[in-house]
Amino acid sequence: MTANHEIPAPGAIRGRLSGGYARMVAEPWLYLLPALLLVGLVILVPLAIGIGYSFREFTLLRPGAAEWVGFENYRDIWGDAKFWRTLKNTFVWTGVSLFFQFFLGLGLALLLNNGFRGRRVVQAVVFLPWAVPTFLIGLNFQWLFNPIIGPLPHWMYALGMIEEPYNILGNPDTALYGPVLANVWYGVPFFAITLLAALSSIPGELYEAAEIDGASPWQAFVKITLPFLGPMIAITVMLRAIWIANFADLIYVMTGGGPANSTQILSSYIFTTAFRQLDFGHASAIAVALLILLMIYSAILLTIRSRLVKT
Amino acid sequence: MSVRARNPVLGVLKYAAVAFYVVFALFPLYWLVKIAVTPERLIYSEGTRMWPSAATWDNFAAVLSSDFMLFFRNSVIVSLSTAVATALVAAAAGYCFSRFAFRGKRWVMALLLLTQMFPLLMIIAPIYRIVAALGLLNTLTSLIVVYTAFNVAFATFLMQSFFDGIPKDLEEAAMIDGCTRLQALRKVILPLTLPGLGATLGFVFTAAWSEILFALMLIRADDRMTFPVGLLSFVSKFSVDWGQMMAAGVLALIPSCLFFAFIQRYLVQGLTSGAVKG
Amino acid sequence: MADMTFRDVGKSFGRTEVLRDVNLDVADGEFVVLVGPSGCGKSTLLRMIAGLEPISTGEFRIGGQLMNDVRPRDRDIAMVFQSYALYPHMSVERNMGFPMEIAKAPKAEREGPVRGAAETLGLTKLLDRLPRALSGGQRQRVAMGRAIVRDPVAFLFDEPLSNLDAALRVEMRLEIARLRKRLGTTTVYVTHDQVEAMTMADRIVVMEGGLIQQVGTPMELYDRPANAFVAGFIGSPKMNLLDGTPAEGGLRIGSAVWPAPPGTTTLGIRPEHLSLEPTGLPPLEAELTVIERLGSDTNLFCEVPGIGTVLARVPGNVDLSAGAPLSLSPRPDRLHPFDAQGVRTGG
Ligand SMILES: Nc1ncnc2c1ncn2[C@@H]1O[C@H](COP(=O)(O)OP(=O)(O)OP(=O)(O)O)[C@@H](O)[C@H]1O
Ligand SMILES: [Mg+2]
Repeated sequence: MTANHEIPAPGAIRGRLSGGYARMVAEPWLYLLPALLLVGLVILVPLAIGIGYSFREFTLLRPGAAEWVGFENYRDIWGDAKFWRTLKNTFVWTGVSLFFQFFLGLGLALLLNNGFRGRRVVQAVVFLPWAVPTFLIGLNFQWLFNPIIGPLPHWMYALGMIEEPYNILGNPDTALYGPVLANVWYGVPFFAITLLAALSSIPGELYEAAEIDGASPWQAFVKITLPFLGPMIAITVMLRAIWIANFADLIYVMTGGGPANSTQILSSYIFTTAFRQLDFGHASAIAVALLILLMIYSAILLTIRSRLVKT
Repeated sequence: MSVRARNPVLGVLKYAAVAFYVVFALFPLYWLVKIAVTPERLIYSEGTRMWPSAATWDNFAAVLSSDFMLFFRNSVIVSLSTAVATALVAAAAGYCFSRFAFRGKRWVMALLLLTQMFPLLMIIAPIYRIVAALGLLNTLTSLIVVYTAFNVAFATFLMQSFFDGIPKDLEEAAMIDGCTRLQALRKVILPLTLPGLGATLGFVFTAAWSEILFALMLIRADDRMTFPVGLLSFVSKFSVDWGQMMAAGVLALIPSCLFFAFIQRYLVQGLTSGAVKG
Repeated sequence: MADMTFRDVGKSFGRTEVLRDVNLDVADGEFVVLVGPSGCGKSTLLRMIAGLEPISTGEFRIGGQLMNDVRPRDRDIAMVFQSYALYPHMSVERNMGFPMEIAKAPKAEREGPVRGAAETLGLTKLLDRLPRALSGGQRQRVAMGRAIVRDPVAFLFDEPLSNLDAALRVEMRLEIARLRKRLGTTTVYVTHDQVEAMTMADRIVVMEGGLIQQVGTPMELYDRPANAFVAGFIGSPKMNLLDGTPAEGGLRIGSAVWPAPPGTTTLGIRPEHLSLEPTGLPPLEAELTVIERLGSDTNLFCEVPGIGTVLARVPGNVDLSAGAPLSLSPRPDRLHPFDAQGVRTGG
């Protein structure tokens, strides 16, 4: 029940305050308890500790000697040109990947929902990329982009996209698009699955009614499908953007951030800083910066969404 | 439930789009298989050929006779347990978000969202310490617990959106018919949420299946390694044996594929139709 | 015993109060119909009886037992939802047997009542179907079947017929009337439909704005509406409510003066109680503007100078056409006097 269980007005008889009321207040929390316990102990407590690291001089080699340095790590970021370059890359990486994943995924979901001969088989096949371990994807695309052992450069050359079949991963101007392509390949099924599940719960009668009312397929899509998908789209786009921004596996495997840091995004930069330069404090400070950015992004998206719901 | 395309051009376009998606999804996987069946001596010399002049199963045989079956087993245990545990926890929480209004709800949701927002690196070291302190290092349990915690947020929101799609009338009717809220949930609501549950299980399973960071950190013993970590050992232990690695990768796809095939049915059923009058 | 009593029951959603001062007694076996305009709180009151909404203030009892904190499942009440709320993944048979299934009745024991109810409702051939493969009327019957299978202490209906077409509605109305005669179970029934209310109810409860306006048998409400709202709400076509000015011997309405108790500002007269023949009271002079021939009756929409449109309904067919001057005489014992607040005057 979504009823608002306020404390009864003064005139209420006393019986109301007994077991019944306590039960109503406690009930939602009982359902939440397992999730909250798990998340609190496994994520939030460690997170607090992790944020603490960002205020320390801290290297993995001497974990005991973590020294309190206040905001020094943050000041370092501010003056770190690589950080700003990396930030820009993060926007490109997230934006372009999300755009193609979403629209290709939506198209796929609509296609599958539409039904055609062999749909079951096709569905099984097109969902496959999501099931492939990500670092295997990275390795595989690394192969595909290599002109000696992969076909992609030759195809791009044939299409006139590049003037000779070279490895785009080795060119600072184009390298980022290698992992982006791999990411799009990997992420399309995510949107396809979630949106397809949402689509399949739209009552068929609605489309029949729209058809009778003389709506064109496009109108039916805009007036029925989109509003029904709206909540699912909002939540998946928000989460997916966050995941992509945090998703370093592909870049780490395919380019390691290079050449010349041209493909470094914040999350991969964090890894490099932590594991190659062994500077955990600095890495944690960058991580906190990324966290704050994503929080701002989510706050904006949630505000927009609640505005949309109200009107 | 579809807006039928009556226009023949649209029909052709539709199949063209289907073909595009199939090729797009399959080609990289095909390349994986191709490398896996290419004899080592031909890997570079016939690198860009669509199919090697001589194919071999040797790589697969080598993988199957190695520790890989063990890694496999570990991964299956971890992924399945994670999927089921997450689905249970998330179903309860998602149901709560969908059906109750209570003070602090927005904060709890924001908290869950927060668990998805930061780079994992930030908490790897603290988690390592906690797991070590609990004496759970090198156990599959530690992976299951950590994976479940990280998947709960998304799974909860996913389940919530499915619960939202089920009319409240149904469980009210069930409660009048004598159900407790839990009975109503089990007998009426959950069966209707099967598509959502299937989707949730699928997502969590695959996420757990390919996770590598925590698996690297928390598991050191060879006999507890999950499959992605095992794959990585091809890179580090020997010089990279691409053929075997890709063969192992192909084998790794099989459980995920089976799992997907299994839950697929639930993804596409519009069970709720007929609940309320049309 | 399944009598219900409401004592000073109120309901608020957060700050908004939707029900106030509900005092009502429903006798065992009585069929009570709740009517009122949309949003007046009928469904809310019904849901409070079922236990689906907590009661904010006051006491609600069934058979003398305080129900405020009793869960829906423990009230032993059956409800038919406006949306029917059939379980989409269960066959008709399982839908109808569900309450017994929950009560842990073995399958063999369930079969009898389910078959019996299916027989009564003509669902025997549909027992294996899923709800999505049923027509609207069939779904409605399954919903009723689910309610009657387990012999509850009371039935609640929330506009159960509002989604059916006119013919089916008449049929189902008779069905419900038959059932209730056979079962004799206390029933609370919400509807928008005049005819349903008048024909099925032992007593009607008229609500507006979260308040009970009047409780009475259909004929009491028809003959002696307690206020102008009930007067306008009960009866079809609607009662004419004519504003007048106090005059010697009563109230002046247009050209006529009709008897009325002191304090009266409005006189109500039902269309069927206006006559073209003299009745002993001075007639209203009017001009016929629209004529509707229904066969059995004729509706005469008239324009009365200084009053507006007045509707008269006369039996049979009359040979008149628009523009004709008419003299409308009220039946003397059928005038309903109300004061400026709309309350009936003269006791
Ligand atoms: N959960 C709720 N939260 C806030 N207000 C509510 C809620 N449920 C109902 N209301 C309000 O309470 C009032 C009474 O609603 P109710 O559904 O009882 O009306 P009703 O008489 O059944 O109307 P209808 O004939 O249209 O079904 C309405 O003004 C409605 O907006
Ligand atoms: Mg209602």
